[in-house]
Amino acid sequence: MFRILFSAGLRVLTQAGFVAVVVGVLSFFLTRSLPGDAAFRIAAGRYGYDNVNAASAAAVRAELGLDLPAWQQLLTWVGDLASFRLGQSMVSGESVFEHLAPTLGATLHLSLAAWVLAVVLGVVLGTIAEVRRGWIAHVIDKVCTVLRGSPPFLIGLLLMLGLAVHLKWLPVAGYGDTENVVLPALTLALALCGGIAQVVRSRLEQVLASDAFEFAQIKGLPLGAALWRHAAPAVALPTLAYSGVQLILLIEGVVVVETLFAWPGVGHALVHSVVERDVPVIQGAALLMGLLFVVLNTLVDTAVKLLDPRQREGNGAVASEGEFA
Amino acid sequence: MSQILTTAVTAQAPVVKSSPKTASPWRPAAILLALAAWAVASIWLAQNPHNQDLTGILAAPGAGHWLGTDHLGRDVLARLGEAVRVSLGLAVGSASLAVCVGAALGLLAAWWGGWVDRACNLLADAIAAIPGLLWVLLIGALAPGQKWALYSGLVLTAWVEFFRFIRPTARGLLMSDQVQATRMLGFDSLYVLRWHIWPPLSGSLLKLWSYAVANAVLALAALGFINVGIRPPSAELGQMMTEALPYYGEAPWLLAAPVLLLAVTVLVLQSLSVAIARRFES
Repeated sequence: MFRILFSAGLRVLTQAGFVAVVVGVLSFFLTRSLPGDAAFRIAAGRYGYDNVNAASAAAVRAELGLDLPAWQQLLTWVGDLASFRLGQSMVSGESVFEHLAPTLGATLHLSLAAWVLAVVLGVVLGTIAEVRRGWIAHVIDKVCTVLRGSPPFLIGLLLMLGLAVHLKWLPVAGYGDTENVVLPALTLALALCGGIAQVVRSRLEQVLASDAFEFAQIKGLPLGAALWRHAAPAVALPTLAYSGVQLILLIEGVVVVETLFAWPGVGHALVHSVVERDVPVIQGAALLMGLLFVVLNTLVDTAVKLLDPRQREGNGAVASEGEFA
Repeated sequence: MSQILTTAVTAQAPVVKSSPKTASPWRPAAILLALAAWAVASIWLAQNPHNQDLTGILAAPGAGHWLGTDHLGRDVLARLGEAVRVSLGLAVGSASLAVCVGAALGLLAAWWGGWVDRACNLLADAIAAIPGLLWVLLIGALAPGQKWALYSGLVLTAWVEFFRFIRPTARGLLMSDQVQATRMLGFDSLYVLRWHIWPPLSGSLLKLWSYAVANAVLALAALGFINVGIRPPSAELGQMMTEALPYYGEAPWLLAAPVLLLAVTVLVLQSLSVAIARRFES
């Protein structure tokens, strides 16, 4: 078990380090690609536009080392990042930390709500499809295939028009009230639940065909109890593992859905800073988003390893033991 | 992106038992070609997609403008043509280059093994450590509205999928009896590549390519939709949706046109890859 935790910790650190370097280097080149002379721009920010002259720009250039070769500046930049000096927003002037701290909570709130909803929808749809079979399974299969192929922004757009504009059941966008989270969370959940339903269904098919399940029914266990006792643990693990695979979809969806529904999360901040070319905030938000992805990814992987008795024991030798516990 | 939006997901998703329909890849391929031909032909046949006519905004579909005009009086049909041309062009181009890069590195890693293999794997893992859409968004931000930036971002994220498929498959093939026999008979590497590695891989590569094109189209639309992708005045499907949203009450067809076109494009690409998979893997 400690081996699993240790390797997870190592993985988080390497991947986080990599994310930081990539985001840092990209942001560095982003700054250099901004039009105009950086020294003049910073001098204007410090002394006001009317007090900038060549001398003050030269002073800034010498002080900040803007005349050094690019690779030395790059090293300084990455060094700043490594010591968590993220700087200030070039638009609002507030520190990037203060700007982004509240957005993380909003993003986690939305992602968690969406994920729980997706799992509930996916498990219910998958179970109904496998237990009932027939035309209803066919319909669910088709719906899941369509949902898996649809991008979150299209689902969100249609939900927004259908539920908020036409039916007026929910607010179109916004943040603060409980009802505001429903539409964006449902959008992400619909984008995710198709895949989950298919995973649940294919695993359930194996369980229902197993001897253990047949015996449970022969000895008179009602279907619900038999499912809970024999199918739930067997289905839970692949569902959890699959949601790790879906994290990419979730993170990418969050960026788009937050922007569509004006949800003040990290993705919203990232897109707005890109539009405003506010490099320090772009760097901070991309870093936060990348780290969130790395951490969640490792969390899910580690949870799967710890929950799966076959992997917890270190090898697959006891595979049949924990299969339908 | 997307990808980007679904490749990673579809690659590992369970195979759903589908009805034993024998879907031919030719039909979706024909629709796709027709779509591309229309998009290219609209350069000469359709009106100028950037021409504004502020006296005739939000016109309903009719004789002069078959799909009506948008909020600046531009012809919607012509704009759709330009949007599909740009999206499909970038998507097909990036997926094709990604196949080449992914296949080349995958073969290299499988063939040489050792540190080349480790370096390639490290690179692939590194790129996969950040979601694809974020890569495209950040690289696109380096040069706002520039197509080459979006193109590079798409290629950078898409090749990993091909690499991860090619490397283990090619390694298995290289260690197979027939390859060893071929080598002992004195045939060179090029021969092995042509007759032992390429044939079993080509079908799956075509399928993955089709997925990659669909993902790139979706990623571009998603970025256009949140205003960080292709910039006006160039038309883009996602951006056209955002532009049409405020006028939804007066002109719902304005929103419907890009939504339907995007859905059709992606659906065709996805059924193409499903059909290819059935053709080659059965």
